[in-house]
Formats: sequence, C-alpha cells, structure tokens
Amino acid sequence: MGIEGIGASVVRKEDRRFITGKGRYVDDIKLVGMTYAQFIRSPHAHAKVKSIDSSEALKKPGVIAVLTGQELVDDKIGNLICGWAITSKDGSPMKMGAWPAMAPEIVRFVGQAVAVVIAETKNQARDAAEAVVVDYEELPAVPDIKAAIKPGAPQLHPEAPGNVVYDWHLGDEAAVKDAFSKAANVVTLDLTNNRLVPNAMEPRSAVADYDAAEEHFTLYTTSQNPHVARLVLSAFYNIAPEHKLRVIAPDVGGGFGSKIYIYPEEMVALWASKKVGRPVKWTGDRTEAFLTDAHGRDHVSKAELAFDKDNKILGLRVKTHANFGAYMSLFSAAVPTYLYATLLSGQYVIPAIYAEVIGVYTNTTPVDAYRGAGRPEASYLIERMMETAARQLKVDPTELRKKNFITQFPYQTPVIMAYDTGDFHASIDAAMKAIDYAGFPARKAKAKADGKLRGIGVSCYIEACGIAPSKAVGSLGAGVGLWESAEVRVNPVGTIEILTGSHSHGQGHETTFCQIIAERLGVPISQVSIVHGDTDKVQFGMGTYGSRSIAVGGAAIVKAMEKVESKAKKIAAHALEASENDIVIENGEFKVTGTDKSIALPMVALAAYTAHNLPDGMEPGLKETAFYDPTNFTFPAGAYICELEVDPTTGKTSFVNFVAADDFGRLINPMIVAGQVHGGLAQGIGQALLEGAVYDSNGQPVTASFMDYTMPRADDLPSFQISHTTTLCPGNPLGVKGCGEAGAIGASAAVINAITDAIGNNKLEMPATPDRVWHTIHG
Amino acid sequence: MSTVKLTVNGKAVSVDVEDRTLLVHLLRENLNLTGTHVGCDTSQCGACVVHIDGRAVKSCTVLAGQAAGSNVTTIEGISKGDELHPMQAAFRDNHGLQCGYCTPGMIMSAIDIVQRYGGELDEATVRHELEGNICRCTGYHNIVKAVLDAAGRMKVAQAAE
Repeated sequence: MGIEGIGASVVRKEDRRFITGKGRYVDDIKLVGMTYAQFIRSPHAHAKVKSIDSSEALKKPGVIAVLTGQELVDDKIGNLICGWAITSKDGSPMKMGAWPAMAPEIVRFVGQAVAVVIAETKNQARDAAEAVVVDYEELPAVPDIKAAIKPGAPQLHPEAPGNVVYDWHLGDEAAVKDAFSKAANVVTLDLTNNRLVPNAMEPRSAVADYDAAEEHFTLYTTSQNPHVARLVLSAFYNIAPEHKLRVIAPDVGGGFGSKIYIYPEEMVALWASKKVGRPVKWTGDRTEAFLTDAHGRDHVSKAELAFDKDNKILGLRVKTHANFGAYMSLFSAAVPTYLYATLLSGQYVIPAIYAEVIGVYTNTTPVDAYRGAGRPEASYLIERMMETAARQLKVDPTELRKKNFITQFPYQTPVIMAYDTGDFHASIDAAMKAIDYAGFPARKAKAKADGKLRGIGVSCYIEACGIAPSKAVGSLGAGVGLWESAEVRVNPVGTIEILTGSHSHGQGHETTFCQIIAERLGVPISQVSIVHGDTDKVQFGMGTYGSRSIAVGGAAIVKAMEKVESKAKKIAAHALEASENDIVIENGEFKVTGTDKSIALPMVALAAYTAHNLPDGMEPGLKETAFYDPTNFTFPAGAYICELEVDPTTGKTSFVNFVAADDFGRLINPMIVAGQVHGGLAQGIGQALLEGAVYDSNGQPVTASFMDYTMPRADDLPSFQISHTTTLCPGNPLGVKGCGEAGAIGASAAVINAITDAIGNNKLEMPATPDRVWHTIHG
Repeated sequence: MSTVKLTVNGKAVSVDVEDRTLLVHLLRENLNLTGTHVGCDTSQCGACVVHIDGRAVKSCTVLAGQAAGSNVTTIEGISKGDELHPMQAAFRDNHGLQCGYCTPGMIMSAIDIVQRYGGELDEATVRHELEGNICRCTGYHNIVKAVLDAAGRMKVAQAAE
C-alpha cells in the first residue's frame, strides 16, 4: 500500500468544502425567476376529498397557481410505482392500489398531498396554502398491522382484499415440520421490530427548471440514485423522455435509504415548473420529513427454533407481518421478502427454514428500505432467538452460537443465499477478548453490590450487500439490474477523472475511489477527481444503497482501469520499443521490467491524445468504460457485544462498553470504514433504546418532530471499541464486502440481549425506554 | 418590512426583511451564506448554530430583527483565509463529519464549548454539551474526538498569541 493507496486512512478530500460552509446542497441553489412550492397535506389518515376551494388562496399576494391532483390526472402524469414484483404463495401477483402524487379522491395517510401552491416567495406560498379550503369526509382508519388484518377492518384499496398485499413464503415447510417433530427443545418468541423514521439531517428538496424552447427539464434533487430517478420519471411518470430530463444530485445530506425513492414532491415540482413556466423549488421541513419520507422496519413476528438434545439447531419457523403503510413504495415489496427471509439463517447451520411473510396496508406513511432494509429485522430475530435459547437451555450464549456456527464455505443456506466466505469464530473471539467476556461475572457481582443490574448481550450478524447479479435479482422480481458503471478518463496531461454511477451522500467516495487509482497507478489522489450525481455527466448508474458502492461501484472502477492500463501499456511499450508484457506500472511511471527505461503517465496520456506515434491501428485517446455485474452478493459479518447497567429504580440504561468485530473483507480506507460502523451502531442503538414512530388509534402520527421522536444525541451513546477480522470476498476484484449498514443491522439485538440479561426477563420490546424497562422489571 | 443592520463575519450589512424573518433565513436567503443549515422546525437539531457576539445561538430561534446591532459569525467566517480554524481542522483530521449537513452547526457549537470551558474538557462534558446538535451519520464518536482534539489545539494557539 502506498501512503494514499488501499488500506491508508487518508483524510477526506471532500471535507474542506463541508467544514468551511461551501457544501452545495439542493436548498442552497437559487435560479433566476425561481418560485416556491408549498403542499397542502391531509390532516386525516383516511378520508374522501370532497372538494378543494382555492379561490381565496389565489387572491393572496404573490400566488402564481394552485394545482390539484385532478390536474395531474388530466395531464396524464403517471402514478407512483413499486419496482419489485412479489408473487404470493398461491401464485397470485401482489395486490397493489394506485398511488397518485397528489390525491384526487381519497387520502390514505396523514401528510398525503392533495394540492400545491406555487408563489413568488416561500412565505407567500405558506400563507396561501393556509387559505386553500379542502372539504374531507373522514373514513375509518387502520393504524397498524393488528387493525389491518382484523376481520371487518376498513379497506384501504379495493385491489387488496383484507388489506393484504401479498402472502409470501420461502423455504421447505415439510422439512421444518419434520425438524420440529424430532426436537428435544423448542424456543418460541414473539417479536416486534419497531417502525423507524430515517431522518437524514438534510430534509428532502427539489429544484425543477423547465426550458420551454428546448422542451427540457433539469431537476436538482436530494437523491441517492439520480439515474434511477430519471429512469422512473421518464418511463413511468411521463414527465419527459430521458434525453429531455437531466437529474442532478449535488451534495446530499445523508440518505440511509430514504432518498432512494422518487417521491410525489419531485414529480410535482417538475410538472409545476412546466405549468407555470418558471423554476420551482420545494424544500421539506422536518415535520414533512416525518410525514412523507419512507419509514423503515415495522414487523410483527412469531419465531420458533428447534434444537436437538446436543443443542444443535434443527429448524427455524418464522411468521412475519410487515407493514407497508398506505402505498407500495419503490422497493418496499423486496424488503420483508428477499432482503429479510433470505438472511434468517444468520451465521448458523440451520438445516430447515420456513418463513411466511404477510405484507399489509395501513393508513400510515409508506414503509421502504431504511439502513439495512430487511437484514436488521432478520438479524434481530435470529439473535434474540439464540440468546433466549441459551437462557432456556442453560448454556452460555457464546458457546451455543459457536456450536452452531457455519465453518465451511461456500455454504448454501436453505433460503437462497450461498455465503461465499467468512470466519465467525474469529469475529466472536475478537469481540469477547475486547470486552473481557470472561471477567463479566465478577463485574456483574460488583454492580449488584452497588444496586445496579448489569447485563451482557451478544449479536452475531450476517448481511448481504451489493445485491446481484442482475439476472438473479430479475428472476426474483426486480424491475432493474443491479450492476454499476464506471468511466475512467485520463486527460492529456495525465490527471484522471473517474465517473461513477454510485452516489456519495456522506460515504466519502471522493476519497475512497481515488485511493483505488492511487493504488494501481501510484499517482497522488490530488491528481484524481470523482464525478458523480449528474445524469448529463455520468451515462448511467444504479446509485448508492445496500452497501453496494465499493463492492459494485468500486469493482466497476477496477474493470475500467484494467482497460485503461492495457491500452496505456501498449502505448508505453510502443514508445519504449519494448514488449507490452514487460511493462509494469510503478509510482505513476510505465517501466520496462529489468531495465531503467520508463515513461511517465503524463507522457503516455499526451501520446494518446496527440496521436502522433501510436501503435498501428490504435484509436487516439485514453478513456474507458466498464459495466460491472457481480457474480454474487457479498456477505459482511461480525460480532457485537454490549455491556450495560440498568438502574432498577428508574429503568434507565447506561452503557459500560460496546465492542464490534467486523469482517468487511479488504478495507480501502479504515478511517472511513470506522466512521460507517460508528454511524450504523448509533442507528441500531437508537432503534433499541430511543426511536419509534407512534400512531394513535385513528392513524394520527404522534411522533412528527424532533420534540416527540427521540433521535440519538451524543450523551445517549458510548464511545465504540471497534476492530476487524478479515476474510477476503472472492466475488469481486477488490476483495471488499461493504460496511455501510453493518452497525444498524447488528447493534439492536446486542443491546436488547444485554438488557434482558440484566433484568432476567426475555419479554422486552424496542425501544427499551426507561418506562418500558421499569415496567418489565416491576410488572 | 424592516431594515436590519448588523455585522456578519466582520462586514457591516443592512438588509430589508419581513418582520417575521428568522436570522437563519436572512443569512441564507439575503446574504447567500448557505453554510448555515436548517434541519428541523423546532430548534432541536442545531444545524443552524452561529455565533452572536461570541456566543453559540440557534439562528432559527432568533428573529432577524433581534440580531440588529450585533456581531454575527457564521461557518464562513471562522477561518483566516486558507488557514482553517483549529476546530475545522480537527473535524477533518478526526473524520468528524460524513454528509456534512450538521457540520457547520456542530463546529460553531463546539468552538463555543471549548471557549466556555477554557479547554478543560472531558468526554462526558463534550457529550453533554453537544446535546443540542443532532448528527445522523457519525454516531458522534469522531465528533467527540474532534472537539477534544481541537480543545488542545485551541489552547496551544491561545498560548502562542
């Protein structure tokens, strides 16, 4: 490794603009003649829209237009789509109701837009929005899963009888039945995976600009995947053909999944820009984020685990109800199915698994992928089960895990996934050593003497990143391929631009991707720049989610680099009168091995562009593109152990230590990887202790601001002790696995296992607030 | 409408704004100082923190008119030319930021914390003092490290002056 190559903790190139206030986020953009949009949103969870009277609003100062859902219909703007089709166990396709960007007839969740005001200033738009009179006829609402599946429940969509979108299953039901019939012990647990609100710190925003002369739209938007946004806006929403729509996602202030989707507001901003003939800006406030950003999780499950007399697992049976909210968001259908049930084997040899998943509609905000997306729900379930089993079987939870670990790779689970590599013993051993697991009983005894309940909890997660290959995900119902593209441009004087379809919204691609080039060419990262987030610059790409950027996007860069290097070597060999096979690249120079002959990269690049002396038949220029489609998912895995104390008089939890031992394969920038782990752990701990979206019995959101929804603050969290074990991923040229979601996937079970250990009661749901813990202790 | 006169990053400015205008909107919309961010509607997140007469204040909680006559410093005003403020450098060197959205407010709050404690800080104090600034990316681990690092750097810088 060079000082800036693979494995170096290089400080980030992008930081200077962020720490000096020069980041350029969507809401920072001002266009000449720009107008402002304010949406009118339903205050009801379920209601008929009887009439919309905008006559008073139109008289307000600065108002340009008030547009409604009916006008969207009249202009043939398409409904929102779900891009993943799931088939129920009876062979029927999933049952979906239409999701219009602004509701013309029926609203199905609080916050759903029915109209939009366009005005000269933001304040004028807000004032006028208050003057729009919408007459609603309230309908009975379905606030949660239990209410949705109750016989006689109010129906959200006529297309989905009983509010059921699909009733899906995976695995071998008969084999599981057989396993349970032979079991010496069966462990059963009911689990709720609480609904979360992603809450990236930058609220969503869109600036849309229609150029009538060119019939061309430009959209600046807070997106994790601008190319996917353009594809969907063009192909399904009839905004404009792709070559007449440019989507730019500049600096984006966090995503965590919530900025994957193409929301109503972006669509309406584009459409309204053409309607009013001026640029339109919409920036959501935090309450709009709570009401309209796709939420995460929200599962209710029953799980049963069968063991033989030697405590080896025989089978796992799971029945899960997943809440989709009022409409099927872009990737929502895949989250509780192929991103969840396929990971239920965890790190263990489980000969038989059967999972049933029933997805239901409720009168709540739509639910989709949020950091981890299905995998945290799977990991939480199996890790709560293992800890509960250990207590029931009266064995040490680490010993029970070790006894059942998968040790031979590749390993085919009974639920589709084929794990390529891993070393689960190495990670749990590293975590146990880091936390001094052996010394815990003495620490617990000492805490008891001080009146505190001390607990320790383990979580051994596995996840699947970089969903691929495209052919496989297509066969499972995906509407897109999940490859990535890269273009490497070597400029005539040897500086390099990397165009990537991945998108950075905090992950540090502008540094990490440069390090791949530095490693291969030996050039400083200051000579390399990363271009991303603009459909006019990068031809196509699938964006950033599912921890795919390095494993798929990084691998695509390697593939493009191989082509560049191959051509550059031919040019160098020609110039040096040597054989191409004798050329090696070191420190930015092309050298003839075993001689002192060399030519520097800038001279090779210049030769490519002057084209005065190229090998016969070679095209000028030095620029190559690659589309990389992986052969498999990658499988990051690790062990987290949490030690904490509960104050039995208040129910308050205090961290003593939290250790993480992750296997992400090769690390490109360990500093950035550590940052990703810290952030993921905070979100996993947030889910376990603090966060939860709450609706009342009428479907009114009770948690719609930072006053009501507890975001993790600095004093809620410990410092983390993290380390790495390494098995290289055989499936991509970098040996990388992805690190973005691990913390959020593994942490919540470790925390809850520690609290339930401390209080001696397995029946505890998230978030484990002091109130909930106190009542669990005291009944 | 009112005319508000104040000093921003050392420059005297005079701005005509609606009376209901918040300081953060004066900075962002009228002065194009877009480094100060808005992350919530309830004065919880701290993305909008600036210094008013040397003290950290959430600029979404102050009417522009209330800041009349005062000396406001934003994230754009703390470095000396190309030379970063020690807190900015510490955030970069400790990877105390990811998406960068909360960062300006974090840095402005953190400078105030170090100034109030005279550089005598420990981890628990920093965590407690940062309660009014929310970050969704970093888990605060490296932010806390950065503030403690900067406390040392600022002490050294002060001693040198």
